Amino acid sequence: MASLIAILDLKGKPLIQRSYRDDVPPSYIERFLPIVLDLEEEGQQVTPCFTREGVNYMHIRHSNLYLLALSKRNSNAAEIILFLHRLVQVLVEYFKELEEESIRDNFVIIYELLDEMMDFGYPQTTESKILQEYITQESYKLEAQVRPPIAVTNAVSWRSEGIRYRKNEVFLDVIESVNLLVNSSGNVVRSEILGSVKMKCYLSGMPELRLGLNDKVMFETTGRTARGKAIEMEDVKFHQCVRLARFENDRTISFIPPDGEFELMSYRLSTPVKPLIWVEAAVEHHKGSRVEYMVKCKAQFKRRSSANNVEIYVPVPDDADTPKFRASTGTVQYAPDKSAFIWKIKQLGGSREFLMRAHFGLPSVRGEQDSMDKRAPITVKFEIPYFTVSGIQVRYLKIVEKSGYQALPWVRYITQNGDDYSLRTALEKTSAPIVPMM
Amino acid sequence: MSAFRGPPRKGENFELSADLNSEYREKRKDAIKKVIANMTVQKDVSGLFPDVLKNMQTDDIEQKKLVYLYLMNYAKTQPELVILAVNTFVKDTDDPNPLVRALAIRTMGCLRAEKIIDYLCDPLQKCLRDDNPYVRKTAALCVAKLYDLKPELVIENGFLETLQEMIADSNPMVVANTVAALTDIHIAATASGSTNDAFHITSTILNKLLVALNECSEWGRVAILNALARYETSDDRESEHICERVVPQFQHANASVVLAAVKVVMIHMRNVRSDNLTKQFVRKMAPPLVTLLSNPPEVQWVALRNINLLLQKRPELLSNEMRVFFCKYNDPLYVKVEKLDIMVRLAGESNVDALLSELKEYASEVDVDFVRRSIKAIGQTAIKIDEAAERCVNVLLDLINTRVSYVVQEAVVVMKDIFRKYPATYEGVIPVLCANLDELDEPEAKASLIWIIGEYASKIDNADELLGLFVDTFTEESYPVQLQTLTAVVKLFLQKPDNSQGLVQRVLNTATKDCDSPDVRDRAYIYWRLLSTDPGAAKAVVLSHRPPISIPRTTVSPQLLEELLGEISSLASVYHKPTETFVGRGRIGIDSVQRKSSDLADERTAAQKAFQTVAAGQQAENLLDFSDADGAEDGQQPSGLAATTMLASTPAAANLLAGTSSNPLDDLVSIFGNVGIDASAAQPAAAAAANSLGGLSFGASAPSPMPPATPSVLQNTSAQPSQQDDLLGLF
Repeated sequence: MASLIAILDLKGKPLIQRSYRDDVPPSYIERFLPIVLDLEEEGQQVTPCFTREGVNYMHIRHSNLYLLALSKRNSNAAEIILFLHRLVQVLVEYFKELEEESIRDNFVIIYELLDEMMDFGYPQTTESKILQEYITQESYKLEAQVRPPIAVTNAVSWRSEGIRYRKNEVFLDVIESVNLLVNSSGNVVRSEILGSVKMKCYLSGMPELRLGLNDKVMFETTGRTARGKAIEMEDVKFHQCVRLARFENDRTISFIPPDGEFELMSYRLSTPVKPLIWVEAAVEHHKGSRVEYMVKCKAQFKRRSSANNVEIYVPVPDDADTPKFRASTGTVQYAPDKSAFIWKIKQLGGSREFLMRAHFGLPSVRGEQDSMDKRAPITVKFEIPYFTVSGIQVRYLKIVEKSGYQALPWVRYITQNGDDYSLRTALEKTSAPIVPMM
Repeated sequence: MSAFRGPPRKGENFELSADLNSEYREKRKDAIKKVIANMTVQKDVSGLFPDVLKNMQTDDIEQKKLVYLYLMNYAKTQPELVILAVNTFVKDTDDPNPLVRALAIRTMGCLRAEKIIDYLCDPLQKCLRDDNPYVRKTAALCVAKLYDLKPELVIENGFLETLQEMIADSNPMVVANTVAALTDIHIAATASGSTNDAFHITSTILNKLLVALNECSEWGRVAILNALARYETSDDRESEHICERVVPQFQHANASVVLAAVKVVMIHMRNVRSDNLTKQFVRKMAPPLVTLLSNPPEVQWVALRNINLLLQKRPELLSNEMRVFFCKYNDPLYVKVEKLDIMVRLAGESNVDALLSELKEYASEVDVDFVRRSIKAIGQTAIKIDEAAERCVNVLLDLINTRVSYVVQEAVVVMKDIFRKYPATYEGVIPVLCANLDELDEPEAKASLIWIIGEYASKIDNADELLGLFVDTFTEESYPVQLQTLTAVVKLFLQKPDNSQGLVQRVLNTATKDCDSPDVRDRAYIYWRLLSTDPGAAKAVVLSHRPPISIPRTTVSPQLLEELLGEISSLASVYHKPTETFVGRGRIGIDSVQRKSSDLADERTAAQKAFQTVAAGQQAENLLDFSDADGAEDGQQPSGLAATTMLASTPAAANLLAGTSSNPLDDLVSIFGNVGIDASAAQPAAAAAANSLGGLSFGASAPSPMPPATPSVLQNTSAQPSQQDDLLGLF
């Protein structure tokens, strides 16, 4: 329950706001940033939710904006914070980018959306596809019969009836993101696979879909034996279209899909993963004048796969200058804004290994505090097509619609870095050499 | 501002007014947009009310929405004029287009002008029975809006009964909004002191809710789950049934649905008798909780705060999952801090090595605050796991060797706790610590090192020299350092009286004559009298054996923990504070407090709860703090495990706070009890102690410290024994 929602610029000035209940006067919006600044000044951390004088402030950050919700009750914090994120998502889908300017240009439609997405402080419809059916940027006359899409209140609130396609097709993208942390002695300390099955659905009518995966638990419950490998997903999350009770019963994934693009499910595995791309760097500091890096990168997957668009971020001191690079493959760039250099390799073949060297000048006068270099880890971005780390497979996708058309499912697999693929393997040359974990 | 001010004569508003009355439709619409734009940037456009109102009757739905938006904003300042809009509203509720009907009823409920309310009831009655579910779901919430304005009208018109019937609606979204409305009314009614249960959930309703749960939208599920949490089951079969039906919701992609489901299961699991089932539910809860960490950071933080509570109740919940809480380099600080706390909670003999190498890594990051907290976490790990203490000490020594000032200081503070827990085990470390004496400039670090020197005075050859340094600068030091210096010098004197006579004389002199802190002065007097009357007793007091410290398993009292677990995902569970402490200054709060004032007992329970939180919080903090007399330091830094701060939210609590701090005897009390607030608990023990010391007189008359105006506030069972522990420790 939220009494008021506002979008603020970085100076704390409200760009747009909507009151849902009048127990919190809008004047409280402008108190938000001063409180945040006070907290920062006192050295306290600013958390997403805090309370002041009986008013609860819940906020998130999106680029240069604060999205703020105020309430006086013991509100459902998770619900409100998520709603704010959903609001961002919807606005981004409407305006491509959400920033001060797009808010000023579109205030009319944002008011409309705020009116539709929340009522009396309770979230209502937040599916942007459905909202776009009756809240559009072009105005139109009432004669044109804008009616609430049945979907808004339907049991199937995510799909409208009467959708028609000449060619019925479904595209499935299985994307696995690998998060992993390698410590300075070369061991994997933490690793997880975040998988996601994304769908592009171009199907007519109200189709019933059933998705079959090589899910170990499913094989066990149905007593069937798997051909090939079965995987054990630790936790699965579904789009609201999937029948959860059915999944709980017999692990069947059955659903009526929304139209167009959406994420059908996500899953998590915390099985240990070998770093697909291994990077280590030897750093040599020459007293207060220059620093040298020797970076080794190795593709630790099968020869027949290859990684695309590999980007290796190696952190350097903030004040490094005059970069010189030499790489056995790819290109290297200095990114002073990130305090790192980036080694880009367009295509990295499996089991291949490459080296690069970098040389930077350093200012000769350094403060004492600087000797404590911040130890950002090396991070890597990559994509490996036609490959999943977990070995997940789509066994079938059954599509049944009462008109009885045939539809074609297409499946694509890809493995990429997650938001935290980092290696703490940049070591001073004097330290012991790293022995990579195999 | 006034409705009678007449139309503006010049300026932008004048032009807008002309445009609003233009004969061209497009021009009028553009003018409305400009008005709204001005409203958005908080320019006053209330003077245009009549002109805008003229544009309300239109078949352009966008224009209608804009006019409605304008009305919502200014209805309160122009109540007389709103009346003019009523006709159009009522007419719109009969429009053939359900979108218009819903819009009209939704906006009417938001106008919040007394005058219009009476006209709301008839159309609302109609809309509640509309054949379009979109209109019905909007009307359902409108009842809650009406209740907020004028509860009598809702009751007179029988809207509550209508809502009750609507729970059986065929459309799950209507059911969800009906549930939300009834819950909202229930909260408002309870807050205003009504004893009538506006939303009593019967077993028939329960079944309807369980059916609707699987069909409704994500937010609807949250509303229904919240209602399920309130249901009182009749037997364990029913509780099991609810849990089983709710568990599939753990798989929902929306984190607030997952947390709401966790809440329902945590509540109804209390009545599940089968251990097997309980275990099964707990096992199913773990993976979804871990997955919550793949959400955006703000959501992660809410989840982490809740996971922290869940772990206090069920430590086994995530016992194998410590690694998922390792901090990512780019995590915001607020996420890292929560993760640290949870990691320490999950630490055990099997994973302590991984944890320590992680914490050591964090201690070399750039953010000073995070570094300090990581070092604290190392100390907590040492105290929690006996077998790992030595490894922790080695890590701390490595950190001290970095010579980075704030790292060293924090490490010294942490070492003090380790000495406290494992006396006479790591004396070899003392020289390393003393070598860093000159680098300490923070009071807490200084005080910690002085405490260590005092404690091991007999084993440190040059203890008198080291302490002498602090005695020289005594008056310049902060009070905590002065207190520790005083105690340490006395300890030294009692252990090595030969060469420290001068020193103790000097420090007692300075402390009693030149010091302006009453705490320091009083303590100096007490030591002085003790030493001059009965050195044997002085030894018994000052050098007594201290009870070992330990990490508390919970940061809040058991009752409060149960209460918070029943409110998982709410602000209370995020703050780890009972609702009364942060809801209460608002409209509802003052009302309820006034109403409650006749019912003092109630109020006292609220205050009591608040104090339990504070006490428990301080306990958590203090166990790691000096536990010999240092009441003065308490509450200075409400950080650490509990991070509970006290809000004087109810008058009783405020009184108590005021009472304790203005109590002149408090200083005396604080010497005896760690938690100064708990005067009454300290009183008998203090008196007894005084007797045992043989009629020793405190100051002028040694009155037993009087508790503040209210009787014993703390009946907290967990707080009291350790309270007395502290006293025993002293005597």
